[in-house]
Order: sequence, then C-alpha cells, then structure tokens
Amino acid sequence: MPKPDSLQGSLDLLVLKILSRRPRLHGYAIMAAIGEMSEEVLKVEEGSLYPALHRMEEAGWIRAKWITKENGRRARIYEVTAAGTKQLEAEESRWQAVTGAVNRVLKMA
Amino acid sequence: MSLLSRLANALRPSRLNRDIDEELEAHIQDAIEAGRDPEEARRAFGSVLRHRESSRDLRLATWLEALLADLTFGWRQLNKHRAASLAAVLSLGLAIGACLAAFRLIDALLLRPLPVTNPQSLVYLTYPYIDNLATVQYDGEIFDYPQFRILKTAAQPYAELLAITGTSLNALSFGGEEDRERIHRQMLSGTTLGSFGIQPALGRLLTAADDQPNASPVAILSYEYWTRRFQRDPSILGRKFRYGTTLVEIVGVTQPGFTGTEPGAMTDIFAPTASNAKALDNPHWGWFRVWARLRDGVTPEQLRDALQPAFRANREQRIKNNPNDDAHRREQYLNAKLAVHTAASGVSDMQREYRIAMLVVGAVAALVLLIACANAASLMTARSVARAREMALRVSIGAGRARLVQLVLCEAFLVAVAASLVGALVAWQAAPMVVARLQPSGAPARFLLPLDARVAIFALALLVLVVLLFGCIPAVRASRTAPAAALRTGAQPARLGVLHALVAFQVALCFVIHLTTGLFTTTAQRLTTQPLGFQPQQVLAVEAVSRLGNKDRGWQPVIRQLAQLPGVESVGLSGWPLMSNNAWTSPVWVNGNALGSEECYVLFASPGFFETMRIALLQGRDFRISDDKASVIVNQAFARRYFDGANPVGQFVELPGDGKRERMAVTGLVADARYTGLREPIRPTVYLPIDSEGAGLDWGTYNIRTTAPDPMAVSSAVRNEIRRANPKLRAANVHRQTELVEQHSVRERLLALLSVFFAATALLMAALGLFGVLTYAVTQRRKEIGIRLALGSTAFAITRSVTASTGRMLLLGAIAGLGAGLLAQRYLESLLFETAATDPAVLAMPLLALLSGTLLACLPPVVRALRIDPATTLREE
Repeated sequence: MPKPDSLQGSLDLLVLKILSRRPRLHGYAIMAAIGEMSEEVLKVEEGSLYPALHRMEEAGWIRAKWITKENGRRARIYEVTAAGTKQLEAEESRWQAVTGAVNRVLKMA
Repeated sequence: MSLLSRLANALRPSRLNRDIDEELEAHIQDAIEAGRDPEEARRAFGSVLRHRESSRDLRLATWLEALLADLTFGWRQLNKHRAASLAAVLSLGLAIGACLAAFRLIDALLLRPLPVTNPQSLVYLTYPYIDNLATVQYDGEIFDYPQFRILKTAAQPYAELLAITGTSLNALSFGGEEDRERIHRQMLSGTTLGSFGIQPALGRLLTAADDQPNASPVAILSYEYWTRRFQRDPSILGRKFRYGTTLVEIVGVTQPGFTGTEPGAMTDIFAPTASNAKALDNPHWGWFRVWARLRDGVTPEQLRDALQPAFRANREQRIKNNPNDDAHRREQYLNAKLAVHTAASGVSDMQREYRIAMLVVGAVAALVLLIACANAASLMTARSVARAREMALRVSIGAGRARLVQLVLCEAFLVAVAASLVGALVAWQAAPMVVARLQPSGAPARFLLPLDARVAIFALALLVLVVLLFGCIPAVRASRTAPAAALRTGAQPARLGVLHALVAFQVALCFVIHLTTGLFTTTAQRLTTQPLGFQPQQVLAVEAVSRLGNKDRGWQPVIRQLAQLPGVESVGLSGWPLMSNNAWTSPVWVNGNALGSEECYVLFASPGFFETMRIALLQGRDFRISDDKASVIVNQAFARRYFDGANPVGQFVELPGDGKRERMAVTGLVADARYTGLREPIRPTVYLPIDSEGAGLDWGTYNIRTTAPDPMAVSSAVRNEIRRANPKLRAANVHRQTELVEQHSVRERLLALLSVFFAATALLMAALGLFGVLTYAVTQRRKEIGIRLALGSTAFAITRSVTASTGRMLLLGAIAGLGAGLLAQRYLESLLFETAATDPAVLAMPLLALLSGTLLACLPPVVRALRIDPATTLREE
C-alpha cells in the first residue's frame, strides 16, 4: 500500500477532480471520497488536507463558503472555480503524460 | 482578490484563527460521527495547532501581520516610557513644524510656479543699474515706456514683450469721496493675461484694444478680491469706480488662484498700462518690469542677443540728448548688457529682499531638525542598549536581522508620525504668523499659502527622512545584537561611543545656530539704534494728493489750519516723509565746480518742517513762506563734504534746473538727519523750499507732531481738516513716522526674532540630549561609582570621571561649530550690518549659552552620581 506522502503532487489533482464531479463537499467528505473511490488505496493524511485546500483556495482554483448542515452543524464547503477547471485540465493531461511515460518504460524494461 | 483577502485577514488574525479552528474541529466531529474512536480520530488528525499555523500563513499576508505586531509592540514600548517619548515627539514636532513652515514660505515666495500656462517660457529683463552715487550696482528691473516700445519691436520674432508694473497700494472709491478704500493694483500690457492663459471667471480679460492711449478706462478684478469685497456678485460687471479723477469700468474677473505676478503681494485690480497715460511718452519715468513670453523653441539667450543692439542704440540716442561729462560712467552706461532671467515663479521686490533670509531661516530650521533627530536617536539608542537582552532573545528564537531593524524602525515611525502631526499644527499656525510680520507698516505682505499636494509631498518626504535619520542608528545597533554576549548575565558593557558622537554633533549644530543668532540679533540691534537725527515719535506723516492746477497755490495755507487742530503741536510740509522709500538725487556744483560724481539727496521742505521733525537748526535761518528756489538749507554732511566743515550760510550752490544750472544761496545749516535707509551713512542733503505757496506739487506730505503719544489719534481729524481747508487736496496714505523708520529693519528684526526662537529651541534640545546621555551613563556605572565612593574617591574625582568624556565632546562640538559658523557667515553677509562672527560680543553669546546649558544639563546626573550609596549598590549583586 502506497504511503500517504506518495500522494505528494497528485493531491491537488485528486481534490480538483472530485470537486468537479461532486461540487460542494466539505473537507471530511473530500477525504472520504478519495478513500472510497480509490478503494482505500489512497489515503490522505487527514491534517495536511486543510493546508492544501487553503493553498488552492488562495491560488483561486477553488472557493469556499460556510453552510449549515441538516444536523445543525456548520461546514466549510468547497467548489471549483473557472481557474480551477483550467488547472484541472492541465494537471490531468500532465498526469496522463507522466503515467503514460512511466508505463511505457515499465513495459519496455 | 487573493492579496486583498490576505491583507484583510492580516488585519483581523484572530477571526481567521477561529475560522480555521472551526473547520478543523468540524473534521474531527465528522470523523467521530462516521463511527471512529474520538481518541484515534484526533491522533490521526495530528497537531491542530501545527495545521492551523500552516493554513494561517497561507491565508494572510505574514509581512503585514508582522508589521502590525511590530507597530503594536512599538506603541507599547513608547507608552512604557511616556515622558521620554513625549519629549521626542514634541521636540521633533516643533522642528518638523519649523521646517514645514519654512518650506511653505520658501515655496510661496521663490519656488511655486505662477498659475499660468507654461510658466517655464516666461522671462524678465534686467540691466546693470549704477545709481547716481556710482557706488551701488545691482540688477535694474525698471523700464520706461518709450524704451519698452523699441524693445518690443526688436523682440517680435522671438518673444512677446509685456510691460508689468509692481503691485502697489492705491486708493479708489466705488461710491462717493467718503468711502475710499485702498486696494492693490497692478498695471499690465493689454495682452498679458491672454498670453498667460488666464481664463475670465466673469466678463472678459483685458485686451490689446484696452491698452491704447485713448481707450476708455477699464479694469478687471482678481477672483480673490471679487469674493472678499463683493461676495462674487455677478452684477459687478459694468460698475464703475473712481480712481484719481477718472471713472474706470469693471469688465471682468480673473480665474480663481491668479493673484498677480508678485510673490509677497496679491493684486486686487488689474488695469492696462495705458491708464498711466502721462508716462507713456516719458523716457525718464521708469515704472514697470519687462516680461517676455518666449515663442516656441526660442532660448532666453537668443532673446537677449536679439534685444541687445536695440537696447544699446536707445542708450546711444539718449546720451546724445543728455551728455554726461564723466567718460567712465558714459562707457559703463553704453556697455551695459541686458540679462534675461526666468520668471516662472513670478518676480517681486520681496523675492529680492527675502531670498537669502528665507533660505537661511530654512537652513536653520533644518539644523534644528537635525538636532531633534540626534536627540531622538540618542534616546532610542540608550533604550536599545537597555533592551539588548530582549533583542538577543529575539535573535535566539529565530528573528532575522531584518525583523529587528523593522522592529526599531516601526517605533521610530510611530514617533515620527506623531511628531509630524504636531509639526503640521505648528506649520499651519507659524507660516501665516511670519507672513504677518514681514511688512507691518500699512502694507502687509500677502501670500496665498495653500496646503496642497506640494506641501503634502514635502511633509511626507520629511517624515521618511526623519525616520531614517533617527531610526537607522538604533536599528543598525539592534541588528548587530550578538545573543551570546547579551544574554550572559552580569555587566553589560556600556558602549557610549555613538551617544557621545551624537552629543558632539548636537553641540556643533547648536553652536552654529547660536552664532547665527548672535549675528542677527547684533545686526538688528545696531540697525535699530542707528542715530536718525530726528525724532520720529509722535509724528504723523499724512500723504496728500492735489487736484490743483499747476499755477494754483493751496498747500501752505493748510499747514496753518492743521496746526490749529487740538492735539497738534506743529506741522511741516515736505515732498515726502523722511525714511520713506522715495529718494531724489541730484548733482550739485559748489563755486562752479562739480565735486566728483557723488550726488546729493534733495527734499522739498516748508517752514516749520525742521522744527516739527526736531532737526536742529545750527546756523542761519529756517525757510520763510516768501522763499523761492533761490534759497536752500543744507545738512552737516553737506557742509563737511563741500565746505570742509566751514559755515556754508551765505555761500552759493548750483543745482540742475530747466536746461541750465540754478544758483541758490545757502540760508541755513541743519543737523544731519536720515533721508532713507538705515544701512547707508547719512549723505549730503539739500533742502529746497516748497515754492512760495506750494504751487505745482502733485503730492506732498504733511508732517504733524502731536501732543498725544499715539499720533494716529488725530488721523481722521487731519483728514477732514485737509478736505475742509482746501477741497482740491485729499489725504491719501497716513503713516506713523515710527512705522516708516521701522520698515527699514523689518527683515533684520524678523530674522533676529526667528533665530532667537530657533536658538532657544536648539539649546533646550541639546541640553535635554546631554542630560539623557549623562543620566544613562551614570545609571550604567552605578556599581563602579559605588565602589569608587566606597574606596574613598572624592566628589570632585567622581564628577570629573562622569563628565570628562562629555567635556571633550562639548569642546569638539564647539570647535566644529565655530568652524562651520565662520564658513556659513559668508552666505549671510548681505543680511548683516556692522557685525562679524569674529566680533567678541557675537562670539560670547553662543559660548555663554552653551556653557550655561551644559552646566544645567550636567547638574542632575552629577548629583545623582554623588548620591549613590555604595552599600545599596553593592548589596544589589
């Protein structure tokens, strides 16, 4: 099982992708979604998710707002901005290029 | 967007903290809700504090947060040492205020461009002027109209020449004779305002057509006068006022902000030059400056070269009509070269009179500011030594040097901002106060002193400069903190080098200021105690104008009427009052010989004039009403110069008359009396009798000696009596004779007053600085002094050891200051009168002041050192 820090560099990509599919998620839900979709292979180190979210928010890729959930508790939910969508496309194609290249190397070796 | 939110977050960091904490806490709650063990969820999450810190740094502008923290901390530091901070703020504030006020005056007088289009292409003409005594040579600025016409034609391809008079006080009336008012009037070529790009706020501007000799008389008002006098009443157009004997129609109002071309005076009414009809063809009547608006691409030098031949040709023509015997002066006259100067900031007598004085005041204000900065710097340095451990602690836990510098500069900045506010207040009040003192006799100087962007930019620049000046020494010190040394307990080495240097610096500056003050006060004192030769107290000088025809006689009988008014002791008539700015000089021949090129002063006087002015009659007799021009009275200087001191009564002198010399008998000898100016020696003077009954005088002055201490008390009675006694005479300007005398020393007295103020401020600051440094040094050396005392050291030895280095600094500072003062004196020479920095009386003052200031400043710290109780200090260990 990959160690959490192998997510380094791909965390932005995952968060953007998930938010673009399912907007208006809060931090815990994003983390849960990553775990769920990767069938618990990828695990986000819980605390470090938030600095990453805040960094992306400052970069203008996602925006956040506070809502009140049905259970009465407040949650800070995130959605992708237009700049975030562009960023997602760029990151995605970069990821495809890198993984494709890695795969080609693995096949040839 | 994101920078904005980060700046906003930096301003309310606690709200951001709550925000982040809530989000992180919500995560853990979600985890628990999802069925995880609370303990495990928290452990898995990691340190909330660490995550919060890293998020927080992302979400706010850390530099701004640090800056705010430093400012807050600086504010607390200042609050902790409230007395010292207040002293720093007040002294800096006073100095900044003085600098700002000086800048406002210098800017208004010398720098600010006229509010006209393209002021850079405005120039004016001067020529070397050799006065009749061939002694003084300066830039002549005043031209006559026939010459102006010639120059204007010659300049045509290069520039448009404009005749512009000075702004002078004149009387006019919008109603009857009763409501005469005095206004500042300026005459200009008709095209001037158009060429300046001035827009009319109402009506129209003057035009070339208005400036023709037979045009109907018109004038326009300045916006400022229109506002002040008529509350911007638009129906003013077409109204007429009486000026002298003519009715003048108002045809327009200038745009706001344009108040004439003379810094120091504000014009109320602009009239075309043609309104001075009598002068237009008179080559002997100089009455205006010649300005030029250069055409595009023309340089001032090109204009000068184009005008020079016409200028010389005109002089050659004149010398033919009026041959001058003296070959040397003839050469001088013909070879005179025109000069062209920029007029972008206007041209005025006040500029000429006050240029150096204002710059000196500005320089002294800057010196005071430097002293105040040195003071604040030594205060902060002393404090930073005391705070060395705090700084060391900051360095040890990872504060960068830059952050320490920032910390100290923040504190400096706070002080400087507070000081600037104080300074703004001072400058706001001080500049108009100085202006009010510029010309107190009837015609006060008037400036627009706007508080605009120019002043604001200067104030900001000053603020930054002040922060750097007094903040950088302590800041650099703080950044050099070596934690190991500073944190070590025990004795902190007292490094007083910088403080001593600052003291020496302050003393040097203080010395320069006191030396300058000594020069100015001595000058003012010597000038105001110059012997006058007459008694100005209780004398009223009433200028009167006549509408009498040339053959009418009516001046003399009024004297008798005035003399009978209650409160009037005696009355004498003269051409103009003594010590006015009028002068009539003339060559004189004695026994057929002209004596050198020196000319004499001449003044018309009536019987009773000498008695009224208390000028002693030494030989012969006073004028009689029956005297005509065949008799004259001369003064002692005349007798000394032309008769070798012998009694001149009965001798003959000749003065130029209508085309020939007129021979006159000397009937009296009077004591020397000052004619004009306090700086020049009393010159040979000839008094001519006013033609038997005063025929032909257009204007004259009734000199009235009163019994009351304030002669102004009879002013309105005199006015009425003059009009009653002869309806064709009108009283115009009325002055106390003392005011006329004082106007010649206004600048010197103002400089003396300002420099005394600056000197006192500087001394106080330097003394406070010295006091601070010594007190600090004594505190630092308490233990050492305690041991010395315990070992039996004498009070004298302790005193010496405490003050020795200070004494050296004082000596060093005084020597440096003396050197600088002697060098600076060269630039002050034109402002001084019969005094020099090497004068012992002048030198004694700064030395005495510094010595007493030093003693006062040293006394408390020395007493404190002597009072140290060895037992107490040693027990403290």
